[in-house]
Amino acid sequence: MRAVREVGADACIFFIQVGAILWKDIRYELRSKQTWLGMGMFALLVLVIFNFTFDLRVDNKVAVAPGALWVAFIFASLLGLSRTLAAEREQGPMDRLLLCPVDRKAIYLAKLLGNLLFIAVVEIVALPVFVALFDVPIFIGQLLPVVLLGTLGIATIITLFSVIAATTRARELLLPLLVFPLIVPIVIGAVRMTQLLMAPAANEPPWLGLIIAFDVIFLSISMLVFQYVVEE
Amino acid sequence: MSRQTAVGAGFIASNTMVDTVSRREASEAMQIPAVEIHNLKKSYGLKPVLRRIDLTLQQGKRMALLGANGAGKTTLLRILAGLAKPGAGTTAVEGLDIVRDAQLVRRIVGFVAHQPYLYEELTALENLLFFGRMYNVEHAKERAHELLRRVGMERRVQERVGTLSRGQVQRIAWARALLHSPRLLLLDEPDTGLDQEGAELIEALLAEHTMRGDSILFTTHQLERALQLGDTISMLSGGRIVYQQEASTLLLDELRQKYQEVVR
Repeated sequence: MRAVREVGADACIFFIQVGAILWKDIRYELRSKQTWLGMGMFALLVLVIFNFTFDLRVDNKVAVAPGALWVAFIFASLLGLSRTLAAEREQGPMDRLLLCPVDRKAIYLAKLLGNLLFIAVVEIVALPVFVALFDVPIFIGQLLPVVLLGTLGIATIITLFSVIAATTRARELLLPLLVFPLIVPIVIGAVRMTQLLMAPAANEPPWLGLIIAFDVIFLSISMLVFQYVVEE
Repeated sequence: MSRQTAVGAGFIASNTMVDTVSRREASEAMQIPAVEIHNLKKSYGLKPVLRRIDLTLQQGKRMALLGANGAGKTTLLRILAGLAKPGAGTTAVEGLDIVRDAQLVRRIVGFVAHQPYLYEELTALENLLFFGRMYNVEHAKERAHELLRRVGMERRVQERVGTLSRGQVQRIAWARALLHSPRLLLLDEPDTGLDQEGAELIEALLAEHTMRGDSILFTTHQLERALQLGDTISMLSGGRIVYQQEASTLLLDELRQKYQEVVR
């Protein structure tokens, strides 16, 4: 019984610490405005530029628009999320958090939730713009699960690798090189699923299931290895 | 079961005042040193920074660590603070292994370094409340206010750390380091940026800290300060402890002469 109580207390402390780090990151971002504004503007610009550069007729809209949407999300995420760890890096790689008796999984989870929140805000702004600019036959409500699961996978990987890249000099170059190959399965799944929502087709593989599987795999691995990545 | 393991096993991951007191009583009763280092080595890449360090700091004592720039003082403190991993050897804080029991060690160590380890966009109070959550400090708000008052920053609690002067930030860094009532204070050139008033306030806090039977390991380049604050003087050179002496048996001129020899 005592063991159960101790586990419960540890879990309680774990989530209090996750909440505290998340609260700190949100407050930090609201004051510095380094991430949200940059990510949001970037995503909107990509959508606008793609809208101008592609010849979007009714017959090729379904092929092009989902790709444009996910390219906007991925590039905005890479641009912004590498910044969220910059605040921690200012005084040595994560030293302020590593000094504390905090489970490293709590740090990862808090950073991931923060990154998800940052991307979500950008997506909330970008999705209506996407629907309007590309004039696609889609309800945003239908797209939400795909966007949420795809974003979770992308954020999971970027959060882990931005810590690895943070310790190198060429971090801005290294991060995309590390992240892009790994997010390919998620991006393919998300783009194809978005296309299916615009133009349903028969005998398609279970793209959503593929995204969920990758999310689970990457999240599990990231939680396990984060301690070794973040500590010296 | 060894003495160290027996005490370490009793230190369940909790940070209540009761546990802190019982930890203190247990380790004091068993006369376990605050810091015990044997054969510690550390390299960055191929460059050795610490070579076979042996060092013992008894509970309730204060040790000054002197040495030229690059001697390995900061690396030693970073290892004890849990920010760097030892390459070889054994390092224990109150009988707890620095690697195996890292989280427990972090609970009993407070670190004041060159960097304040504060968040610039948060206010002084928000910073302390955040770290209070991280250390699971009970009544963190009251404790934060008390410490900010003690370091003379009670009028600046709502100001962002990024807008404060270097000395003011250093005072808040002190409050952060003392927030969880650490049993061992690690101070890396702790006077950096502090004015006379700040230094006096900190001195009072340090006196209280040692009165409670807690220990301090600090680095400094000011020899007078080392003699004034330290019970023991140790000198590091080339990653080794090359000199150790009780401060009470030393005169400033002797220490200065020895320091010149070591630094040269």
